[in-house]
Amino acid sequence: MSNGETAAHGEHGAPGDAHGAHAEPASFSFDEASEAQIATILKRYPAGKQASAVIPLLYVVQKQMGRQTGSTWVPRVGMDAVAERLGMAPIRVYEVATFYFMFNTKPVGRYHLQVCGTTPCWLRGSDEVLRACKDAGKLKGYGDTSEDELFTLSEVECMGACVNAPMIAVDDDYYEDLDYDRTVRLIESLRRGVRPPPGSTTGRQTSAPEGGPLVLTEIPHYDVAAAPAAGKAEE
Amino acid sequence: MALSDKDRIFTNLYGVEPWNLQAARRRGNWDGTAGIIGKGRDWIIEEMKASGLRGRGGAGFPTGMKWSFMPKTSDGRPSYLVINSDESEPGTCKDRDILRHDPHTLIEGALIASFAMNAHACYIYVRGEYYNEAAVLQAAIDEAYEAGLLGANAAGSGWDFDLYVHRGAGAYICGEETALIESLEGKKGMPRLKPPFPAAVGLYGCPTTVNNVETIAVVPTILRRGGAWFAGFGRPKNSGTKIFCIQGHVNKPCNVEEEMSIPMRELIERHAGGVRGGWDNLLCVIPGGSSTPLLPKSVCDDVLMDFDALREHKSGLGTAGVIVMDKSTDVIKAIARLAQFYKHESCGQCTPCREGMGWQKRMMDRMVEGRAEIEEIDLLESITRRIEGHTICALADGGVWPVQGLIRHFRPLMEERIAQYKQRHGDPEKTLPMAAE
Repeated sequence: MSNGETAAHGEHGAPGDAHGAHAEPASFSFDEASEAQIATILKRYPAGKQASAVIPLLYVVQKQMGRQTGSTWVPRVGMDAVAERLGMAPIRVYEVATFYFMFNTKPVGRYHLQVCGTTPCWLRGSDEVLRACKDAGKLKGYGDTSEDELFTLSEVECMGACVNAPMIAVDDDYYEDLDYDRTVRLIESLRRGVRPPPGSTTGRQTSAPEGGPLVLTEIPHYDVAAAPAAGKAEE
Repeated sequence: MALSDKDRIFTNLYGVEPWNLQAARRRGNWDGTAGIIGKGRDWIIEEMKASGLRGRGGAGFPTGMKWSFMPKTSDGRPSYLVINSDESEPGTCKDRDILRHDPHTLIEGALIASFAMNAHACYIYVRGEYYNEAAVLQAAIDEAYEAGLLGANAAGSGWDFDLYVHRGAGAYICGEETALIESLEGKKGMPRLKPPFPAAVGLYGCPTTVNNVETIAVVPTILRRGGAWFAGFGRPKNSGTKIFCIQGHVNKPCNVEEEMSIPMRELIERHAGGVRGGWDNLLCVIPGGSSTPLLPKSVCDDVLMDFDALREHKSGLGTAGVIVMDKSTDVIKAIARLAQFYKHESCGQCTPCREGMGWQKRMMDRMVEGRAEIEEIDLLESITRRIEGHTICALADGGVWPVQGLIRHFRPLMEERIAQYKQRHGDPEKTLPMAAE
């Protein structure tokens, strides 16, 4: 246990490192919304295999922190709550929370700007997107949180939206086909508290080529009226 | 001859139509599913073998054969199908479109494939970053349960079947099947030694098959139209249709489903508006996601996009993420960035990978500047050979292949970079840390 404590503190920094409002809380308990999610999650795994729910429950903690504090992160007491709920040794939860990159083990700003810098995005100008994030978000570089605690800037590895490169993820939403100006506009909008609809920022139809699909111009359709379809009842 | 719309499996690839069940049925999904299952396990597996389908996750293992490794009768343990949707190979964004635009092809495929492998439960492991995509998939699954297509007597087939979505949390390594299983069990995503293979000891110690999303999603159409129909596309042993992700320095990056074995040049010019500045402005292409070694223009001119043709050129089809680089590219930097990726994503379990990926990345960073000795190119190559094949999983292999490809095709450029550096800075101190950094 003492090892676990040391490891956790080592990873997360001393509580004093955090911004005042987001210091490591003294305790964590799941709220009503989280409890409802947990009940759904636990049903997915066979009896005795509830450790499978560790990643989903860490997400529940992170989201709840977001609701309660405006910063989506997982404090150590949250990991402990997950361990207790799943009957796991706390160190097993710490290991998972620190192995996977999507758990923020330190507080982040209200909007987490995650710039993809891997080669497919880099070829399409991710350096410019990064520059725009720094300029518009008033951020010094990767790992920085702005003074107003609105933005945290992170570099992420390939997000799997390569034909819409370059892109950033703002929390859970992808913004694609970016350039310097469109990134600035996105961040200015976030500053005003408005999240634009996710997806392409040029109005492209998802992963189709710019200007519209060249294939699938005639999607083959079938007469489902004849089939005993759930669809029929809805018609 | 390009693929025609009537022969496309992913008819809603771009999300022009809704993803929901009603629209999916109009596109032909869930048509006669119970009838397919009624033909029995052996028929399904034989038909899959006849289709020639090879796994779409990168390794290209024959799907029908993989399924046949699963135990025919249970020894008391349940069997599982696990669908790998951890799509994280740089350059790959095909499964994303299936999840968000055509989820019912995947759900129907999951039912049929699970039946064929004696599995009553299936988990779809979706990369954590695909939050919105996982939400669509979950909504489609909910809809399928409500319509009786999942659950007890799924789709009237007599087979009880449950399907669950499980999100990962950002770790490339979880695309490796045994790391994925570890992750699904609630542990760090560190690959397991094989044997035992997952078909014998997989999820929760039970027989398990892990298949890629695209592999499972093509199953219903193959079985409706026949294995021979699918095998009619592409060259022998490379058959079928395939989603390609064409990106980088092309005029119109896009995803497209095409016939296997299509010439690379035709693929890029027909669907992605050609190389920026014209075909002659092409420098090189990474043909199948970041792990596949790049190919110089001279090869790209007439190479076919399939497993065997690309392999002949010491590269591979991988996940069919086609990363195009024009002559403006600093290709050493492009590959160095991939070396950084693999360093970041090494799980740290095996020493050659944990240490080697960092070593390789730091050497590559110096190669970008030219701050190196000419002999170090050979040293770098030799390091990659000492990493390759010396680890539990293939991450390290995939991590060194891009660098090997760079050295194979662009050694003169690397030498020139080193010479330029020496010119600018004088012959450097021989105190350079010769790779021991």
